[in-house]
Amino acid sequence: MIASSQEIISLSNERIFLAGLLIVALGFFTWKADLGITKPLLVSSLRMVIQLFLVGLVLVYVFEIDHPLPVILIALVMLLVAGKEVSSRQKYKIKGFWSYGIGTASMFISSFAVSVFGLIAIIRADNWWDPRYAIPVLGMLLGNTMTAVALSVDRFTTNVWNDRDIIEARLIIGETANEAIKDIVKDSLRSGLMPVINSMAIAGIVSLPGMMTGQILAGNSPDDAVRYQVVIWLLIAVGCGFGSMIAVKMVSKKLFDERERLRLDQLSVK
Amino acid sequence: MGLSGCSGTGKTLLLRAIADLDQSQGKVLINGKRREDFSGSVWRKKVGYLPAESSWWFPKVSQHFSSIEDAKLRYLGFLDTKIFDSEVSRLSSGEKQRLALARLLSGLPEVLLLDEPTANLDDSNACLVETLIKNYCKKQGAAAIWVTHDRSQLERVSQNQLVMKNKTLVDL
Repeated sequence: MIASSQEIISLSNERIFLAGLLIVALGFFTWKADLGITKPLLVSSLRMVIQLFLVGLVLVYVFEIDHPLPVILIALVMLLVAGKEVSSRQKYKIKGFWSYGIGTASMFISSFAVSVFGLIAIIRADNWWDPRYAIPVLGMLLGNTMTAVALSVDRFTTNVWNDRDIIEARLIIGETANEAIKDIVKDSLRSGLMPVINSMAIAGIVSLPGMMTGQILAGNSPDDAVRYQVVIWLLIAVGCGFGSMIAVKMVSKKLFDERERLRLDQLSVK
Repeated sequence: MGLSGCSGTGKTLLLRAIADLDQSQGKVLINGKRREDFSGSVWRKKVGYLPAESSWWFPKVSQHFSSIEDAKLRYLGFLDTKIFDSEVSRLSSGEKQRLALARLLSGLPEVLLLDEPTANLDDSNACLVETLIKNYCKKQGAAAIWVTHDRSQLERVSQNQLVMKNKTLVDL
C-alpha cells in the first residue's frame, strides 16, 4: 500500500512551462495546417491556466476562514456561469430570460440537491459545507451536468425545429403534445446522457477518472480513492439524468401553448 | 365547400387556424360547440387537416396504424395488401397520400380540412382520393373545406365555393 505520509511532488513554474511548450507546439502545427482552431486552442489554454490559478488562490482563502458563506457564494458563481454556458451552447434558444433560466434552474434542482445529499448523507463531514468536500463535489457534478443538459437541450430544440412537420402531423391526428414529441425527447435524453453512461462503462479499464487520479497522486490509498470515485460517478449520473430530464421538460413546456400548439416562435436562431 | 385563390392569400393559414395549429382570433364551432370546449388534441381529431405533403415518423407503414383490415386497403385502391408492411420511404407520393388519408379518416373526423390534397398526384390517384373523400363525407355526414387551384376539381367536389382575395373570403 502507498504510504499516506508520502508528500506529493510539487510542480514548479518551470515544469508547468514545459507542458505549456507542448501546447505551443500543437498550436504551431494546427496553424500550419490551417485548421482554424489555433486561436481557440491557445485562448482556452490560457483561460484555463489563469482561471485555475485564481480559483486556487480563492480556495486557499476559503479554506482558511472556514465559514459557509464563501462556500455558498462560490457555489452560486459556479451555477450562474454554468447556466450561461448551457445557454451559449444552444443553436436554437428559447427567447428571453428562459434561455438562461432553464439551464440554471435545472442544474440548481439536480446538481445542488444531489451534491447536498451526497455531502450530508454519504460523505458526512463534520460540517456538510466543509469547502474541502463541498466545492470539489459540486464542481464535478456541475461540470458534468452542464454538459449533459447542454447536449440534451440542444438536441431537443434542433430536432423540434427540423421535425416541425412531423410534430404537426402527429398533432393533427389527435396526439397530445407529449405524444407528438415523445421520440424526440427520448433521442435528446439519450444523446445528453450517453457521455456519462459511456464514461462509467469504461471507468477503471480505459481511463482512471480525474478525482481518483488526484487522490492517488496525493498519496491516498487506492481503496479510498476508488470509494470516493464510485460515489462521485453515481452522483454525477443522477445529477445528469435529473438535470437533463428537468431541462427538456421545461423547454418542451415553453414550445407548446395551452392549446398544445407548437410554438416555434418561442425559439430564436443563433 | 370549395376554396380557391392565388398563392399567398392565406388559404393554408385559414385551414391551420381552424385546425388550431396556429394562434387565431374569432369563434370556431362544430355542431354548436365552441373550439374552447375541447382540448387541443380532441379538437384536432374532430377536424381532420390533410396537407398536400404527408409526413411519416416511423420507418414502416404499419407502425402508423393501430390496425387496418385488408378490405380497407383494397378499398383505398391497394391491390397488394403487403403494402401495409412495407417501408414508407419506398412508397410513391400517391400511395403515401392515400395512406395519409386513411390515417386521418381512421380518427373519424367530423370535418375535413383538405389543403390541396391532390396537388402532387397524377390524374388516376387524384381521382381515387376524390372518390374516397366524397364517400367518407357521405357515409359519416362529415363536412369538408377543400382547397384547390384546379377549377374542374372544384366543380366536381364542392357544392359551395369561396375565393380568398387579399386575406379575406369572397363568395362566388
